Amino acid sequence: MIRLNGEETQLQAGEPLAAVLAQLGVSPRARGVAVAVDGEVVPRAQWDSLILHDDARVEVLAAMQGG
Amino acid sequence: MREAIATPLAAGDDPLTIAGRTLRSRLLLGTGGFTSHALVAEAIRASGAEIVTVALRRIDPAASGSLVDLLAAAGVELLPNTAGCHTARDAVVTARLAREAFQTDLIKLEVIGDEDTLLPDAPELLHAAEQLIDEGFTVLPYTTDDPVLARRLADVGCAAVMPLGSPIGSGMGIRNPYNIALIREAVDVPVVLDAGIGTASDATLAMEIGCDAVLAASAIARAQDPVRMARALRAAVQAGRLARTSGRIPRRLYATASTPDEGLPELSA
Repeated sequence: MIRLNGEETQLQAGEPLAAVLAQLGVSPRARGVAVAVDGEVVPRAQWDSLILHDDARVEVLAAMQGG
Repeated sequence: MREAIATPLAAGDDPLTIAGRTLRSRLLLGTGGFTSHALVAEAIRASGAEIVTVALRRIDPAASGSLVDLLAAAGVELLPNTAGCHTARDAVVTARLAREAFQTDLIKLEVIGDEDTLLPDAPELLHAAEQLIDEGFTVLPYTTDDPVLARRLADVGCAAVMPLGSPIGSGMGIRNPYNIALIREAVDVPVVLDAGIGTASDATLAMEIGCDAVLAASAIARAQDPVRMARALRAAVQAGRLARTSGRIPRRLYATASTPDEGLPELSA
């Protein structure tokens, strides 16, 4: 089971990260978006190829007002 | 709408170089607290800010409008922050995420040590700054008004230091102007007064005591008329800078007549 932004999902191990992003409506070219898996940054170039393992913690972040 | 405020400094008259960027505006704008993206855009125009902070948070799929598109259209440079981080590790990872998201090496480094005051955690801040500089970031740390810590941050390679005047969002102004002046003496990098500004006179004081720039967010965003306050702070920063570079008169205990006694007639009987 994969956790996405702190919530449990129906996604299972073996899904590519890109599939998770698609579910959020995030295109590979979206500006101001970054992704971490298990607390480590996933460079944009790896969004397509990274296969998520079971219990992966995916954080998808976007620009917000602040500071 | 035409820009109503006169600009006392001609463009390029007294630029600020910070992190390799040459800026005409010495007012940096934080985007936190504005009630809409449209208001952010208006405040950017009114403030004249060329560097604008931005944060990273979990994406909201229902969010309407893109903040990055708006900021790109405004032509400002983004300064991502690490707000909300309480450890050096979290701040470092957040900075890496910001670099991915915004394609910039600039980072406003915040490592918070206390929930109530949001004061920086000095050891974690210094540790994170060192690591990020090793990784090639251009680090602008939000720091306390401690001149020793400011010097340590500059020594490890921070591109500026950003001491607080008082806690974030408190509007308490500069509680220890003496320390801020000491920081100006202690480091060779730009000093940006960050946090605590409540109104125009606070920003002017910051510049008069030697700060190179002021970063304001809440003071503008939470004012009853944010756009008007953006104009006020723009003018205040310019006034303070002009005064600082004009060489003010010394303070004296007694009066010094501004009209000469010479030629004074005898009028008493």
